[in-house]
Amino acid sequence: MKLFKNISLIAWLVAALVLVFYAAPVTAAPPKQKNIIMATTTSTQDSGLLDVLLPIFEKKTGYFVKTIAVGSGQAMAMGQKGEADVLLVHSPAAEKKFIAEGYGINRRLVMHNDYIIVGPKSDPAGIKGVKSAAEAFKKIAAANAIFMSRGDNSGTNSKEKEIWKTAGIKAEGQKWYQQTGLGMGQTLSVAAEKKAYTLADRGTYLALKKNLGLDILAEGDGILLNIYHVIEVNTVKWPRVNAAGAKAFADFMVSKQTQKVIKTFGVDKFGSPLFFPDAGKKEEQLGK
Amino acid sequence: MDIIIEGIKQAFILLFTLDPEVLGITWLSLKVSGTATFISLFIGVSVGTVVALTQFPGRKFVVSLINTGMGLPPVVVGLFVTIFLWRNGPLGFLEILYTPTAIIIAQAVIATPIVMGISLAAIQNLPANLRLQIMALGATRIQMVWILVKEAKLPLLAAVMAGFGGVISEVGASIMVGGNIKGYSRVLTTATVMETGKGNFDIAMALGIILLLLSFAVNAILTHVQQRERPR
Repeated sequence: MKLFKNISLIAWLVAALVLVFYAAPVTAAPPKQKNIIMATTTSTQDSGLLDVLLPIFEKKTGYFVKTIAVGSGQAMAMGQKGEADVLLVHSPAAEKKFIAEGYGINRRLVMHNDYIIVGPKSDPAGIKGVKSAAEAFKKIAAANAIFMSRGDNSGTNSKEKEIWKTAGIKAEGQKWYQQTGLGMGQTLSVAAEKKAYTLADRGTYLALKKNLGLDILAEGDGILLNIYHVIEVNTVKWPRVNAAGAKAFADFMVSKQTQKVIKTFGVDKFGSPLFFPDAGKKEEQLGK
Repeated sequence: MDIIIEGIKQAFILLFTLDPEVLGITWLSLKVSGTATFISLFIGVSVGTVVALTQFPGRKFVVSLINTGMGLPPVVVGLFVTIFLWRNGPLGFLEILYTPTAIIIAQAVIATPIVMGISLAAIQNLPANLRLQIMALGATRIQMVWILVKEAKLPLLAAVMAGFGGVISEVGASIMVGGNIKGYSRVLTTATVMETGKGNFDIAMALGIILLLLSFAVNAILTHVQQRERPR
């Protein structure tokens, strides 16, 4: 009988626990149509920008944003399947294709920063101060210095491929060319460990700088511009997409108030802004 | 070395200052993995007991399947659950992808075969004569099963611990089906991955330590129950 008592005690304990679980006011579930799935690149999350912007948006509109931080390539793949409502991405060539194929509408410029080529202080390939990004990549290839690629079709990865193409080098398959398949933050950490070169967006680099032994070695080339757009997923293709929520979020990203927040974000922590607001500008005007 | 000390320090600061975000994440981890283990306990113990006590053609095959399931890779489970729960997937109408519920489903799928496999072995391991004896004393079939389950309490609680340990420490499925959404579906493991990605190694370490403490606390309670009174 004692054993039985014991088991009923456990049953009571479990029942009590279950009650506590469901009675507790944790994570109040928002009404369903209020959910917005925003697929974005890792840099907007890893830099901390979204942690600042989303609470403002949610408070203002009552929407609940589910951020899925993946690479820009995967974010667009989610949009293509109607699994996201709105995208915040930085892979212009792929975005134009996305719009042309009718998967997205209302592609609007939000902000930019730039890519930088980082590497170990010792700079074995001697690229420090080289103005042209393609030229720097050529030197890295010529020196057989390890280059760490994201290898994940993210915006940064697309840009990197573009630079290799401009440099006329087929990097893939080379021994010194390695792919992590990870986000920007982790790729930077791997590059730091392996004393390798890599292409990074300035925002993530600045946010992580304190733990890395990597220096900015090349910057300022026009090709290194990193431009972020917001895109609403086309409801014609996917009726389940939360169009109103997507529009509200996109409008919010380009609103005056948000652009002001973007302008000053990171200044207190890093001494310089991580992103430059660009709403309403033309893509071609940037970097001039 | 600094980072380890810094991590331990951070863990205690976060715990003792009752940082609301960290507390929320810890609570959600416990809630999600606890519920998933609870579900797996029902399915796992009942199916495990049935398979242990019955003979049918293809039984060995079923047992092999269950034993293989004990090592289900969480990412594979995550991938399948994601595909099923997509808006335009077969269960899309439920609209539960990127919610804590989705994580519970994925974790229950991971934990169930673990609980099932261990229950099966535990029940099967009971002396065969015991069954005969119980039946001879006039017990109904249901009473017999109940007594057998009670007899196997020790290994069954071990099954619960193994199941819980498997899911609380799992990250692949949680990040895929939960989305690691701040204040909503972020659990200790996914938060650790994200903080590592951000380069906040001290906070990542601290979250890791909190996860270990939580895991230890749950197991200590279960072990206490398990060892309090040994059958026979």
